[in-house]
Amino acid sequence: MQILFVLAVLCYMLSSAGYFAYLIIQRDVLQQIGFIMLAVGMACQSVLLLWAFADTGHMPVNNLHETLALVAWALVGAYLALHARLRVKVLGVYVAPLAAFVMFVASQFPKDHLQPQNLLKGFWLVVHIITIFLGYAGFALACGVGTLYLIQEHGIKRKSRGFFFSRLPSLDLLDSTGYACVVIGFTMLTIGLVTGMVYGKNVWGRFWGWDPKEVWSAITWIFYAALLHERLTVGWRGRRAAIMAIVGFGVLLFTFLGVNFLLKGHHGQFTRW
Amino acid sequence: MDNIILIGLNHKTASVDIRECLAFNADESRDALCELRGLAAIDEAMLFSTCNRVELLLTAKDTEQGIFEAKTFLARFKNIDLNAFESALYLHQGDAAVRHIFRVAASLDSMMVGEPQILGQVKAAYRSATEQKTSGVILNRLLHRTFFVAKRIRSETGIGDHAVSISYAAIELGRKIFGDLTGKKVLLIGAGEMAELAVEHLIRHKSREIYVANRTFQRGVELAKKYQGSAIRFEEINDFLSQVDIVISSTGAQGFVIEKAQVKGVMRSRRNRPIFFIDIAVPRDIDPKTNSLNNVYVYDIDDLKDIVDENIEDRQREAVKAERIIDEAIIQFGQWMDSLNVVPTIKALRAKINGVAKSEIQRTLQQMEHLKPEDQKAIERMTHALVNKILHDPTHYLKSNGCQGDRANFLDVTRKLFKLDE
Repeated sequence: MQILFVLAVLCYMLSSAGYFAYLIIQRDVLQQIGFIMLAVGMACQSVLLLWAFADTGHMPVNNLHETLALVAWALVGAYLALHARLRVKVLGVYVAPLAAFVMFVASQFPKDHLQPQNLLKGFWLVVHIITIFLGYAGFALACGVGTLYLIQEHGIKRKSRGFFFSRLPSLDLLDSTGYACVVIGFTMLTIGLVTGMVYGKNVWGRFWGWDPKEVWSAITWIFYAALLHERLTVGWRGRRAAIMAIVGFGVLLFTFLGVNFLLKGHHGQFTRW
Repeated sequence: MDNIILIGLNHKTASVDIRECLAFNADESRDALCELRGLAAIDEAMLFSTCNRVELLLTAKDTEQGIFEAKTFLARFKNIDLNAFESALYLHQGDAAVRHIFRVAASLDSMMVGEPQILGQVKAAYRSATEQKTSGVILNRLLHRTFFVAKRIRSETGIGDHAVSISYAAIELGRKIFGDLTGKKVLLIGAGEMAELAVEHLIRHKSREIYVANRTFQRGVELAKKYQGSAIRFEEINDFLSQVDIVISSTGAQGFVIEKAQVKGVMRSRRNRPIFFIDIAVPRDIDPKTNSLNNVYVYDIDDLKDIVDENIEDRQREAVKAERIIDEAIIQFGQWMDSLNVVPTIKALRAKINGVAKSEIQRTLQQMEHLKPEDQKAIERMTHALVNKILHDPTHYLKSNGCQGDRANFLDVTRKLFKLDE
């Protein structure tokens, strides 16, 4: 099984190389190679995940190694899905190296389980974990697209078309892709939070417990809700939306990792090693 | 390959009054090719005439005579004294002629380097040469190589990338902002020539609605009619700013026609949809400070000019790469031309048949070890005699004048029949 993990990391690294080469010399075949490598890497990881699930009967998020691997899986999965509708090929330059990096970090932590908790079983929990991770992946993509938007917008505003002008897609495509990512992320996050609450009710007998993780999740949710609301009502688009997507991802990262390391609370087993 | 000759003149060597005297239209080209076919000294011919050049591509065994006949033909056909234009003519032979036609088709010799029409024009000229049957083995091969090289240059270098006119640069920017210009609404303020060009480009990109605002409403109505748009009053501009996506302005007004505060005011009702101002007027019509608003992009004539200059520089850099591709192609073509000489072809033919004979003898003798050495020698002798007899007539034919001046064709066929190039 270790071999599949290594293979996935290799695929993501090759994919990164492909996308970077595409960015520089603009041959479409490079981008296709990058895309295929991403898909192969993701397939390897999916086999690993199913294996772990069949083996232990719960989602493999028992230590930092497994959690990070799942992050990479969700990120790549979200990108592949997005690619079917909105083709921002150059976004692979962000996704592939990020996935490779996360996988590399994951590989640095021990992979043995620390007393698997029976808490991690059940339908609500599986849905909770998958949707939350996909939601996070959506927001990560939104952050990447937002960055590309800012680069492209800067070039057009300053009237200095440099390296990126011809290489990045139009502002309109970047803006609508970023919006789509936030919508997907927000939908997933909402489902994830609701299923999490249902699960909490089942296990602890309450929907809400003012745990730091819960509070920060709510803050993240409200942040993105505000972003979407402003877009729909007064048309927060373009530069401002891009900046907010990037800031939002910062808040999200704190909810995901910062809370676990700094504030404790439940969900702690995700990030132990 | 010295028998390939190119005679011509272009925008660099001849002024427009000479070029227009010598230009051939389609019908004239056809008649000219007919006449060229009748000239004894000229084997193959192609005539290429555009507004920037008139060129004759020929092959001739006696090059001196061929050149002379071609020049006098031009003078005779166009009814001009040869002295009037002879000094403007350039003459390339062999490698240089091949290089020239490659460069022309790849648009390296054009007035605007990288412009795409020229390849189509060369193709049309070649087509009429094939229709009139004035092209033969050499020109067919040369022109096919030419098209291949031109396509390769277009796809492997950035010679045709990016806009090199103001109006097209504006369109390119628009596409980077809006992605697709289909269905975008355009407001044209004032009526400068350059603005009209930009609008025409936009129409080609399927922009949907076009509004025209002019100080004199009557002129606005005329313009609107031309673009199937609608004329609006100058005072209505503000109302339309909240609807349109692209504003092209080219009035002769002294002050700004559109102020920053005005645009800021409409952004809310636009729900921040991006708006692109193309200001081609001098003095400027749109306050440059407007560019600092979110989702508002203002480009004036100088900004667009900078883009065009940059793109022209890019193209020139790419042209260097293109020259390298051409160098390669010339060498390849030279190799093919060399193979069309009699001696190498006969040598290759003999080598091929001898090779076949040798390997067959070897195989046969291996199975017949009972044969005495003398017998083996006899078989070998017989095979050699066979090869020589078989090759005698074809060799003689290729060497003699039996080919009737079309030797290149027969050599080419021979090489193909016996697969001598593999």
